[in-house]
Amino acid sequence: MIQVGVLTMAYLVAGVLFIRSLGGLSQQETARRGNLFGMLGMLLAIGATLFEDRIHDVTLVGIAVAIGAAIGLFLAHRVVMTAMPQLVAMLHSFVGLAAVLVGMSSYVHPGQELSGAALMVHDVEIWLGVAIGAVTFTGSVIAWAKLRGSLSGKPLLLPGRHVLNLVLVGAIVGLAVPFVQAPDVAQGMIPLYIMAGLAGLLGMHLVAAIGGADMPVVVSLLNSYSGWAAAASGFVLGNDLLIVTGALVGSSGAILSIIMCRAMNRSILNVVFGGFGTSSGAASSSEQVDGEVQEIEAPELADQLAHAKRVVIVPGYGMAVARAQHPVYELAKLLGDRGVDVTFAIHPVAGRLPGHMNVLLAEAGVPYDIVHEMDEVNPKLPDTDICLVIGANDIVNPGAETDESSPIYGMPVIQVWNGGTTVVFKRGMAAGYAGVQNPLFFEPNTRMLFGDAKASVDALVGALRA
Amino acid sequence: MSAGFIDAAYEAVGAEIMPDAAALYASADMLVKVRAPSMDEVGLLKSGATLISLLFPAQNALLVKALAERGATVLALDKIPRISRAQKMDVLSSMANIAGYRAIIEAAEALPGFFGAQVTAAGSTPPAKVLIIGAGVAGLAAIGAARSLGAEVRAFDARPVTKEQVESLGATFLELHVEESGDGGGGYAKVMSKEFIEAEMALFRAQAKEVSVIVTTALVPGKKAPLLVPRDVVEAMAPGSVVVDLAAEQGGNCEVTRADEVVDHNGVKILGYTDLTSRMASTSSRFFSGNIVHLLEDMVGDDGFHVDLEDEAVRGALQVLEGEPLEPPPPPAPPPPPKAAAPRVVHEKVEKKPTKKGPLGTVLGLLLAIAFLALGQLAPTEFLQHFTVFVLACFVGWQVVWSVSAALHTPLMSVTNAISGIIVVGGLLEAGVGPGAHGYGLASLLGGAAILVASINIFGGFYVTQRMLAMFRRH
Repeated sequence: MIQVGVLTMAYLVAGVLFIRSLGGLSQQETARRGNLFGMLGMLLAIGATLFEDRIHDVTLVGIAVAIGAAIGLFLAHRVVMTAMPQLVAMLHSFVGLAAVLVGMSSYVHPGQELSGAALMVHDVEIWLGVAIGAVTFTGSVIAWAKLRGSLSGKPLLLPGRHVLNLVLVGAIVGLAVPFVQAPDVAQGMIPLYIMAGLAGLLGMHLVAAIGGADMPVVVSLLNSYSGWAAAASGFVLGNDLLIVTGALVGSSGAILSIIMCRAMNRSILNVVFGGFGTSSGAASSSEQVDGEVQEIEAPELADQLAHAKRVVIVPGYGMAVARAQHPVYELAKLLGDRGVDVTFAIHPVAGRLPGHMNVLLAEAGVPYDIVHEMDEVNPKLPDTDICLVIGANDIVNPGAETDESSPIYGMPVIQVWNGGTTVVFKRGMAAGYAGVQNPLFFEPNTRMLFGDAKASVDALVGALRA
Repeated sequence: MSAGFIDAAYEAVGAEIMPDAAALYASADMLVKVRAPSMDEVGLLKSGATLISLLFPAQNALLVKALAERGATVLALDKIPRISRAQKMDVLSSMANIAGYRAIIEAAEALPGFFGAQVTAAGSTPPAKVLIIGAGVAGLAAIGAARSLGAEVRAFDARPVTKEQVESLGATFLELHVEESGDGGGGYAKVMSKEFIEAEMALFRAQAKEVSVIVTTALVPGKKAPLLVPRDVVEAMAPGSVVVDLAAEQGGNCEVTRADEVVDHNGVKILGYTDLTSRMASTSSRFFSGNIVHLLEDMVGDDGFHVDLEDEAVRGALQVLEGEPLEPPPPPAPPPPPKAAAPRVVHEKVEKKPTKKGPLGTVLGLLLAIAFLALGQLAPTEFLQHFTVFVLACFVGWQVVWSVSAALHTPLMSVTNAISGIIVVGGLLEAGVGPGAHGYGLASLLGGAAILVASINIFGGFYVTQRMLAMFRRH
C-alpha cells in the first residue's frame, strides 16, 4: 500500500516520460530513446497502480496481462512491414474496446459513493467514454478489414447517409437522458448497451463511407479518437495520468491527420464526410484522355538506367502490394555502384498509412538519407534523367495541377513529367485509387512497363547484373 | 589559351578580335571582365560604357569612385545576392565549386599515398583522413571530391545549419559544444567570439594529429581571411601531410601559407595556390560565361538591354548607374540557406494562417470562452481540476508533435498505440478488487477484459515500434 501522494508523483513522472516519448519520436536521432521512455513510463504507471489501495488481488490482472502480452508480442513479431497499416488499425480498435469495457465496468462498480452533480458528471463521462470508445472500436475494425482487403476499398455510399449519421448521433445523445435518470445500475445498463451498439454502428458507417485512398487520414483520425477515448476513461476514473496520455495521443493523431490532409490539399471535413469518393465515380468516366501509351521492356530500360546520371524512384502502394521493396533497393544499389545518383521521392500520402513508404524502404535497408520528401525532390526533377514510378498513380498525376474538374485538383504531386524520361511500372491500365485517369501515361516522354512490380524490378536487376 | 578555345572559334560565331586591349576598351559599350579593372584600365574605358566584372567594391572604394567619374554603369559580379533565383548568375558559387574540387585534386597529387583504402597482397593502407574547414560551396565541393576518391572526410563550419549539408555528402560534421551560431548571412560565416575561437583551435589541434589533409575554405566577406590553422597545428601534423589553403589570396587561413607558393614546413606541404580555377580553365570559362549569359538574359527584356532596379539580382550587383554611385541595397530578408525550398514552404504557411482565421476564429474563440464560463459555473471542482489537466495536456501534445518528420509517422502512431494502452490502469482498478463472495463480479470481469486488450496494445505497440526503428539507418 502506498500513499496517494506517492502514486500521484509516480503518475506525474510517467506523464513526463510519455511526453518525452512523443517528442523523441519526432526525430530520427532521438526516436529509439523516445520508445524507451514510453516503456519506462508504462512500467512505472502500472507498477505504481498495483500498489493502489483498491487492488487486493492480482490473479486476474496477471492472467489478463499475460494473455494480452503474448498476443501483442506475437502479432508484432509476425507482422510484415507491408501489413503495418492493418496492425495499427487493429491496435486502435483495442483501445476503443478497452475504453468501452472500462466505462461499463466503472458504471457497474463506481469505486466511490457519488451523488448529486458529481454523480451526473460521472454518468455523462461514462456515456462519452463508451460512445467514443465504441466509434473507435468499430471504425477501426472496418478500417482494418478494408486495409486487409477483406472489405472493398470502395466507399460505401448509402442513400441519405448524412441523415443516417445525424439520426445515430441524435439517438446517442437522446439515450443519455434515461441513462442518467435510471434509478439503479441494472436499469441504467439497458440504455448504455443500446447506445454502445448505436455508436458502434456509427463508427462502422463513418469509415465504410471513406474511400481507400483516404486511408492514411482515416488511420490517423482513428489514432486521434483512440486518444480521446482514453482521455474520457481518465475522466470516468478521475485519473489524471489517463487524461494526460489520452490528450497527448489525441492531439498527436489530430496533428498527423492535419498533415495528411494538407498534403492532399483537402480539409478534414471533406475527408470525413467523403467529398472524394462521391464525386470521383462520375467524374472519372468522363475523364478520358486521348492518346496512346508507349511501352518499354526491361532490358532496354536497364540499358538506359545504366547510362543515366540521376535517377529518382517514386514508390507507391503498388510497390507495397507487390512486396517489391527489397528488389527495388537492390536495383538502387546496383545503379549506385555504377555511379548513378539514385534518390527516392516520397509523397506524403503514398501508401495506406502515414509514413508507410519510409517504413517499407527502411525494412529493405535503404539508408534514410537518400529518401527525400516531395518538396525536396520536385525542384531537382528537371535535372533528372529517369524517374521510375513504381506502383504509384495519383501522386504523380499532372491532372492535379492542370485539370480543374479532377477530384484531386490542387493536391501537390511529384512532378515526374519535368524529368527526362518517366517509366511507370503498372499491372495494367486501371485507374488509381481515386478513380481518375492519369494523363501522365500519355505524355510523350513516358514509357509504360507493364507487369507485376516485383517481377519487373527483378528483371531489371537481372539485366543490370548480366 | 589553356582553356582550349581558339580565336577562330570566336570569329566563327561573329565575334571580332581586337588587336590590343586599348582598342577593345575604346570601342566597347559593354565590357565583361573576370577581375576588377586596374586604375589605368578605368582610364581606357569608353565614357558611359557598362562594366560587368568581379569588383569587391567594399575593398576597392577608390576604383568605384573612378568608374563613377567615367560615367560608367557598373555591375559587381561578387555582389549578386545569394538567392535561389540568382544562383545561375552567381560566379562566386560556380568558381568556388571548381576551386573546392581542384583543391582535393592538388592535395591528392601532393599526398604521398592513396586517398581510398587499399587491401592488397603487398600490404594494406587505411583511407586518408581529410579535414575540410568551412562548408560553403567550396568546402562542400571538396567534401564531395574527397569522398569520391575514397577518403574519410570530416568537416567543420561555424554555422550549425551546414551540418545537414555536410552529412548529406557523407562526411562527418565536427561539432563544438559552444552555444553560438556563426551565421553571418548570405552563405558566409561571421567573425566569432574569443571563446568560440579557442574551442575551435582545440578541435583543430586534436584533428591535426589524425588527418593527413586539411583544406581550409574560410572567408569572411570584406575582411582578411581568419586564421584557423596556426603554426603549431601544422606542426602537429605528420610529415608528408598536406594543407590546401583556398584563402591564400586574402592572407590565408593557415599561418605559414604564402600566396602562389608551396611551403614545406617540417615535411608538411602547404599549398597556397590562388589560381585553382585557372587550373581547370576550360570548365571555369564555360561556367563563368554561363553565369554571365544568365545575367545578361535576365537584364535583356523585350525592349533590349536595360537596368531594372526592381530586379533583386541586378540591384544587388549594381554599384554605379550612369555615373551615379548607388547605396548598397538592403540585404535579402532571411539569410537564404542553399536549400531554400523547405524554409520557403514554412514561410508561406506562416503567412497563410492569419488570413484563414479572421471573423470565424473570433466567433469560435468567443463561443469557447462562453462554454468555459458555463462549465465553470456548473461542474464540480474535481471535474474542473481534471479538465484543466486535460486542456493543458492537449496543448503539450500539440506543441511536441508538430515537428515530427514524415518518415516517422508510422512509428509515432504505433508508439501512441502502445501509450494509449495506459487505459490498462482503468482495468487494473476494477479487476484488482478481487473475487467477492460469489466469485468475480461483472465489473472485475469487464476490467479483466480491458486489461487483456490494453496489454495487446502495450506489448505489441512498443515491440513493433522497436522493430521499425531498428530498420531505419543512415549510410
